[in-house]
Amino acid sequence: MANPYVKLLGAQIRSQLQYRASFFLDLSMATLLSAVDIGALFLLFRVTPALGGFGWREVILMTAISGAGFCMADLAVGEIERLKHYIRTGLLDTVLLRPMSALGQLLVLDFATRRAGRVVQGTLFYLVALTVAPVKWDAARVVYAIVAPINAAVFFSAVFVTLAAIAFWWIESGDIANAFTYGGRDFTAYPSTMFHGWFRGLFAFGLGFAFVAYLPALALLGLSEPIGLPDWARWCSPLVTLVVVLIARATWLAGLRRYGSTGS
Amino acid sequence: MSAPAASIPAGSLRAFLALVGAGYRRFSTYRQAALGSAFTNAVFGFLRCSVLLTVAAAGAGGTLVGYNPAQLATYVWVSQGLIGVINFWTQLDLVERIKSGNIAADLLRPMDIMWMQLATELGRSLFGLVLRFTLPITVGAIFFDLYLPGKPHVYLLFVVAMVLSVLVGFLCRYILCLLCFWFLDIRGFWTAWVLCSGLLGGLQFPLPVWPDWLVTTLWVATPFPLLLQGPLDVLVERESGAVIGLQVVWLVILFGVSRLMQGRALRKLVVQGG
Amino acid sequence: MIIKTAGLRKDFEVRKKAGRLRRVTETVTAVDGVDLTIERGELLGYIGPNGAGKSTTLKMLTGIMVPSAGEVTVCGLRPVPDRVALARRIGSVFGQRSQLWWDLPLRDSFALLRHVYRVPEAEHTTRLKACRKLLELDEFMDTPVRQLSLGQRMRGEMTAALLHGPQVLFLDEPTIGLDVVSKQAVREFLASLRDKGDTTIVLTTHDLADIEKLCERLIVIDHGRVVHDGSLAALHDRYQMKKQIVVELEEPWAGDQRLDGAALVGVEGLLIRLELDGASVGQVVAQLPAFRDLAVVEPGIEDVITRLYGSDRG
Ligand SMILES: Nc1ncnc2c1ncn2[C@@H]1O[C@H](COP(=O)(O)OP(=O)(O)O)[C@@H](O)[C@H]1O
Ligand SMILES: [Mg+2]
Repeated sequence: MANPYVKLLGAQIRSQLQYRASFFLDLSMATLLSAVDIGALFLLFRVTPALGGFGWREVILMTAISGAGFCMADLAVGEIERLKHYIRTGLLDTVLLRPMSALGQLLVLDFATRRAGRVVQGTLFYLVALTVAPVKWDAARVVYAIVAPINAAVFFSAVFVTLAAIAFWWIESGDIANAFTYGGRDFTAYPSTMFHGWFRGLFAFGLGFAFVAYLPALALLGLSEPIGLPDWARWCSPLVTLVVVLIARATWLAGLRRYGSTGS
Repeated sequence: MSAPAASIPAGSLRAFLALVGAGYRRFSTYRQAALGSAFTNAVFGFLRCSVLLTVAAAGAGGTLVGYNPAQLATYVWVSQGLIGVINFWTQLDLVERIKSGNIAADLLRPMDIMWMQLATELGRSLFGLVLRFTLPITVGAIFFDLYLPGKPHVYLLFVVAMVLSVLVGFLCRYILCLLCFWFLDIRGFWTAWVLCSGLLGGLQFPLPVWPDWLVTTLWVATPFPLLLQGPLDVLVERESGAVIGLQVVWLVILFGVSRLMQGRALRKLVVQGG
Repeated sequence: MIIKTAGLRKDFEVRKKAGRLRRVTETVTAVDGVDLTIERGELLGYIGPNGAGKSTTLKMLTGIMVPSAGEVTVCGLRPVPDRVALARRIGSVFGQRSQLWWDLPLRDSFALLRHVYRVPEAEHTTRLKACRKLLELDEFMDTPVRQLSLGQRMRGEMTAALLHGPQVLFLDEPTIGLDVVSKQAVREFLASLRDKGDTTIVLTTHDLADIEKLCERLIVIDHGRVVHDGSLAALHDRYQMKKQIVVELEEPWAGDQRLDGAALVGVEGLLIRLELDGASVGQVVAQLPAFRDLAVVEPGIEDVITRLYGSDRG
């Protein structure tokens, strides 16, 4: 018997294709939207030779890791930010009445197919960036080059889930999650050295965003971290991601438990 | 059938203001959500401001395309505040009303649907001034040196430009939402609008970062720079009366286009019997 | 015994505004010590006024909500910890919510549910065929759900809840808002399901007709407590619920007339209200003077509740 998640996903895509014209316009616009983000980087390099002490060939690798990872996460779990809506309309109850995982169902129930174009575009851009950037290729770096965007995707997915779960406690939270999801993407698209003081401390290390693209890119480029992190820290991204995933899991489960006891 | 009358009879002004008040009260029940959004605007203020200031510090004479650091900080933080006042990215109620067919009920009211939508949106903007405008700017003022114009008339000009930008933003969105009469689902158009209004409006970077020919084209041929770039340039004293003049011209153009479209849309609705 | 609860209780913390800024937390007890024992194959009517705690009870029985106190077992499982296992054994229709796919035809929704519940193809086909016939789904199997009328959709929901052959079916206000024809179709379907006897059904409703046509056993709940557990006849006997007749007379009521088997309970101008007491409607009408109009009023569930409430106090 076919996997029920795959079946649900297929149904979701079929119902989106009912509005075909709008769907394809949306698909192309969403793809363009992320291409524009990359263009923006080149605009900045028109007026400055270096960003945070790095040349464009180096920064482009960070932007590409962050972009590819974010697109994948956004495609896979981005719609989880609609949790508020699911709680309000009672869809979450329907989901809980089926013999499947609640998170798994929510992800496929509102799968945003129109974001698929971005993943293709983000991946292509990453491949280009790998050839343009002065990567010090060796066996470990080949592995890390494959791991880095996937790691970024898992990291962002965990951030999406954690922040969406806030709705279990605070349903009127507005778009506070965007500060860390889209905000996180903006932060990780640049070297962390562009930011200063407590703000950098909080985003780069407190929330771990330095480990998404900045540090893996430095590892691939064979550059030391100028703020003063030891060289081995550049290779620790998957560990940090693991911690973030565990936090996301705990938050989500606590949220579901809370929903079970308050029903709202 | 001619296009519906576009003027408000004097007696309706009170009704219009009452609708603005109702809009204000409606949105003020979402105070917590507004706080959440203001927080997000503040985080983006930090991100964008840090990037632009770092670029400026590395550039010639510590400026970025002619903006000094204080001007850049004001530019970024006030733009984050303006987002909640102009509300570019929120679709009008009109879309839901067209899709559900409730629009037919609106047509029976004595006030034109455009004025009804405008009143609601003005109410939303007024409420935006309370939290979403002030909070990010306060945060910016605490953590960054902001550029403050010395001459009082600059503030006055800025307020005028801001009001006009709210109106230009409304008309652009109104036209997009009218498209719903022809294409039931306007999500694609909307994504395009979100893209253009932000990027070409000067949200990510001040427009002069772009190549000169493109900037000139944008100013001459599109209303996008009038949404953020225009009012912000007035505030940091790079532009003044010209922006307001251009906004008035675009208001007239957009108003004409929207009346024309609305006339056709409603005729279509009447002909097809809803 | 397929469902058993003991001392089932649910408290909600509700934050209320008190003054401009102050907020106070109040505890609302939605379900207050409910003991239920339901045997396999029973059709139980679970009724009570709005806010009595019916939906909350059903949510606890289906594993959506954690009880604040008390024991629950359904099909031998504990609903919340064994949610996924229980979901395979129960079906549910929750009034306003839909488990169908809005943009897809019923046919596709049913096919998807087969995968969700991992039902073997042959079993699925047999059950679907039975439902299609009994609920007359054939006309609209290929219409997207968003275009169905409420009655058609509800018949679809009913089918969706049964395709995996649940042991227990929970129905929360399944007839609310339906037109008369659809209501009738739903009732007949539930009656045939009851007569087959292998599905236990728990039905909450506002509609007395649902209860009269379907339920041998009735549990009345008010303010979270069970106030009656027994048959409808027992409920009527216990609280002396009687049919009433409202008559609009030609001439004002002459106060000295006597009627056999009915008592006068109200006079209002030309309108009089009589309560039947042993006689049939026909017998009473035969005794009446000339009248313009007449209506028979069945004792409503709300009236029953009002009386229960009154007798609680007095
Ligand atoms: N999630 C909730 N949070 C707070 N109070 C609730 C919640 N759900 C139900 N209640 C309250 O519990 C009581 C019982 O509700 P419910 O079980 O829905 O009643 P019924 O279904 O019998 O109409 C009501 O007073 C209702 O306001
Ligand atoms: Mg209920």
